[in-house]
Amino acid sequence: MVITGVCLLVFLVLLCFFLGYMERKVAAFMEIRLGPNRVGPKGSLQIVADTVKLLFKEGLTPDCADKFLFNLAPGIMVVTSMLAVAPIAFAKDFQIWNINIGVLYVSAISSMGVIGILMAGWSSSNKYSLIGAMRSGAQIVSYELSIGLSLISIVILTGSLSLSDIVYSQANGWWIFKGHIPIIISFVIFIIASTAEINRAPFDLTEAEQELTGGFHTEYAGMKFAMFLLSEYINLFIVSAIAATIFLGGWMPFHIGGLEGFNHIMDFIPSSIWFFGKTFFIIFVIMWFRWTFPRLRIDQLLNLEWKYLLPISMVNVLLVTLMAIMGWHF
Amino acid sequence: MTNEELKYNITELLPAAFYDEASEFLTVIIPSEALLPLMKELRSKKEFDFDYLFCLTCVDWKDHLMMVYHLLSKTHNHTIVVKAKITDTVNPQIESVNGIWKTAELNEDEVFDLFGVKFLNHPNLRRLFLEDDWAGYPLRKNYTDEHMIKL
Amino acid sequence: MLLGEDYITEEGEFVINMGPQHPATHGVLHMKIWLDGETIKKVEPHLGYIHRSIEKMSESLSYRQFVFVTSRMDYLSAHINNQACALAVEKGLQIEATPRAQAIRVIMAELTRLASHQLWWACAGLDLGGVTPFFYAFREREAINDVMEETCGARLTQNYMVPGGVMNDIHPNFQKRVKDVLKQIKDNFHEYDEILTGNVIFQNRLKDVGYISKEDAVSYGCTGPTARASGVSCDIRKLFPYDGYDKLQFEEILSTGGDSWARYQVRMAEMLQSVHIIEQLIDNIPEGDFAAKTKVVIKLPKGDFYQRVETARGELGVYLVSDGAAVPYRCHYRSPNFANLSAIPRMAKGAKIGDLVAIMATVDLVIPDIDR
Repeated sequence: MVITGVCLLVFLVLLCFFLGYMERKVAAFMEIRLGPNRVGPKGSLQIVADTVKLLFKEGLTPDCADKFLFNLAPGIMVVTSMLAVAPIAFAKDFQIWNINIGVLYVSAISSMGVIGILMAGWSSSNKYSLIGAMRSGAQIVSYELSIGLSLISIVILTGSLSLSDIVYSQANGWWIFKGHIPIIISFVIFIIASTAEINRAPFDLTEAEQELTGGFHTEYAGMKFAMFLLSEYINLFIVSAIAATIFLGGWMPFHIGGLEGFNHIMDFIPSSIWFFGKTFFIIFVIMWFRWTFPRLRIDQLLNLEWKYLLPISMVNVLLVTLMAIMGWHF
Repeated sequence: MTNEELKYNITELLPAAFYDEASEFLTVIIPSEALLPLMKELRSKKEFDFDYLFCLTCVDWKDHLMMVYHLLSKTHNHTIVVKAKITDTVNPQIESVNGIWKTAELNEDEVFDLFGVKFLNHPNLRRLFLEDDWAGYPLRKNYTDEHMIKL
Repeated sequence: MLLGEDYITEEGEFVINMGPQHPATHGVLHMKIWLDGETIKKVEPHLGYIHRSIEKMSESLSYRQFVFVTSRMDYLSAHINNQACALAVEKGLQIEATPRAQAIRVIMAELTRLASHQLWWACAGLDLGGVTPFFYAFREREAINDVMEETCGARLTQNYMVPGGVMNDIHPNFQKRVKDVLKQIKDNFHEYDEILTGNVIFQNRLKDVGYISKEDAVSYGCTGPTARASGVSCDIRKLFPYDGYDKLQFEEILSTGGDSWARYQVRMAEMLQSVHIIEQLIDNIPEGDFAAKTKVVIKLPKGDFYQRVETARGELGVYLVSDGAAVPYRCHYRSPNFANLSAIPRMAKGAKIGDLVAIMATVDLVIPDIDR
């Protein structure tokens, strides 16, 4: 158990290194420039150099801050995001914790992250941090609803909350292909809402550099700041992995119901490659959002959720239920 | 309106005004007490309609201060320069024109900051650039400072 | 928690200070903001963090020297600032720049305007949270800066215009380089629209934000694209032409929207007009001297001289008072940003914090010009 835990930690840190590198390269690609290309082959060690720099920086705590909460907040952020990795199936029959309420567990744990943000914003005793924390409270609570409803639409079709059951239910085709238009709508809503949930642009109002100079992490420096970054990347990985598992079949290869020969050829590609391929495709899409869209305003952000996404997903759940009862899906 | 017509009309309003036609624009020189009534007329009368105050500043002539207002009419496209002479250099005062042109607020703050002209009925007169406890008014000719370098 | 003494007023308004160091103020502008939740109740600008008292300095610099200090005012319109001062001195001397110098001045001024608008566009995208536009705009701006560097040796605070003309003749390569730049801008301009103008989020951030009516714009002394977006015709190049602008074909871009989106569109259209102006001149630079003959020590006659030009941000006025000596008796700059700044509290009333950033982005303030 301990060995698994340590392996997972190492894996997550390496994953964050890779995501950091990937983000820079994607950004550079979007912005017609080269990106990191000096440290290590093709700049791949740049992120290691940055981590070393952050490690050696002073872990500053402002005089006026509530010191206990201030130092606790980054820890809570990282721990909650790491906890959510547990039920994810990385490959065929390779799961750290096969819990039968995986979907519920992930959505419960991932919403705990907001406590860390609120704590950081409140304890910094900085006005900008406080506004950032207030914004994140409103934002994350709102978008949780849409995420939950779009997950429920798959749970209705599968009849199980277990992530491994959901993956096995896609053996004859992924839900995004089997579930007609309502599931495609759920998928789009899930991607939009989860981008907002993990505070990435264009929904990064809690940080909003040009408005709030850094939002809830304005006062953080050094490794404490790096922990926010770490949790952001782990969250990015988790929402992409969940989207891949629920809608795109997780580690399940691309199968078409009835075509045995084709399905057999697809099975030759290792299941972990299927899982990571899908996950990184979604991560790329979310990064693509970040580097092409400007930021929304706070009232537009809440309007988008309460006036568009939530009503649509409610109607959508009804449609999916109807579809499940009548057996219209493939 | 041409300069001649402007001059004629202003003389009707304010017989005490002097004129200076050496420069590009028609220049009216008036005592500081007569400023506000004249400005109100220049803004409100249809045939003047000076709605655009594009330059507000002050010149220190050592024995007196001269407030300079450059006015333009967007409708008639004529320009006038109003110069108000403040003879009291120790405690200079003049009416604010903030009620007529809103751009005057910050410009008058600037003049107060750098020349020390006190504007009466200004909503928020403050030292705009310098610290609140700065001694002296830097753009006055008699201003000295220990850090100033004599050329 | 400790947030300072007066972070909340008696009416329950939350007071924050945006600046002097803040990513969205593009310099050391300090805005004190009274907030009700996220809604702005009141904005008060506090200035003077980079006040260099250029007006006082000019009183001890000769008429040749004081021109160059102005490159440090609105550093994005350095050429145009120098042009204004040079023209003011020329007005006092009652001379005119040579036709060649006038053509070169106009080309350089319009290139400056293009570069300035490109920086504005880059920063407008950046302020609203899109980092990518920045790099697209800087691609073209770099090309313009290369031309500047080749012509006058500087990339940002250029000193090229002198009373009577320009300092040096143009580089032999100048015309070809400028044409290359124009071609690059025209070829790439559609990318600007694709990445930012057409974006729904971007449009929603700007539409109906920071509205100012025509009457208010005139009363607040707004100028340049800010005023033209409210329908105030105020292009100095059209109304009071200088340096041969009256012989050129170009349009004054007007809009009646009055909001940030109108200001954005006016500036975008102005870029194409600047390209159009340069295209008319670049093959028709007259032969002759690049500067009129002036005395070594310039002395202006007694009197006051006012010269205005259209910088990238609006009307810059140079008010020179001469007592007949070799230095100005008094020198005042009517700066466009100072006038536009005074309208920001009006525009921002009732807006959100994010809107204030959008307003400041589209009004395009340059702080050293406000502080002078």
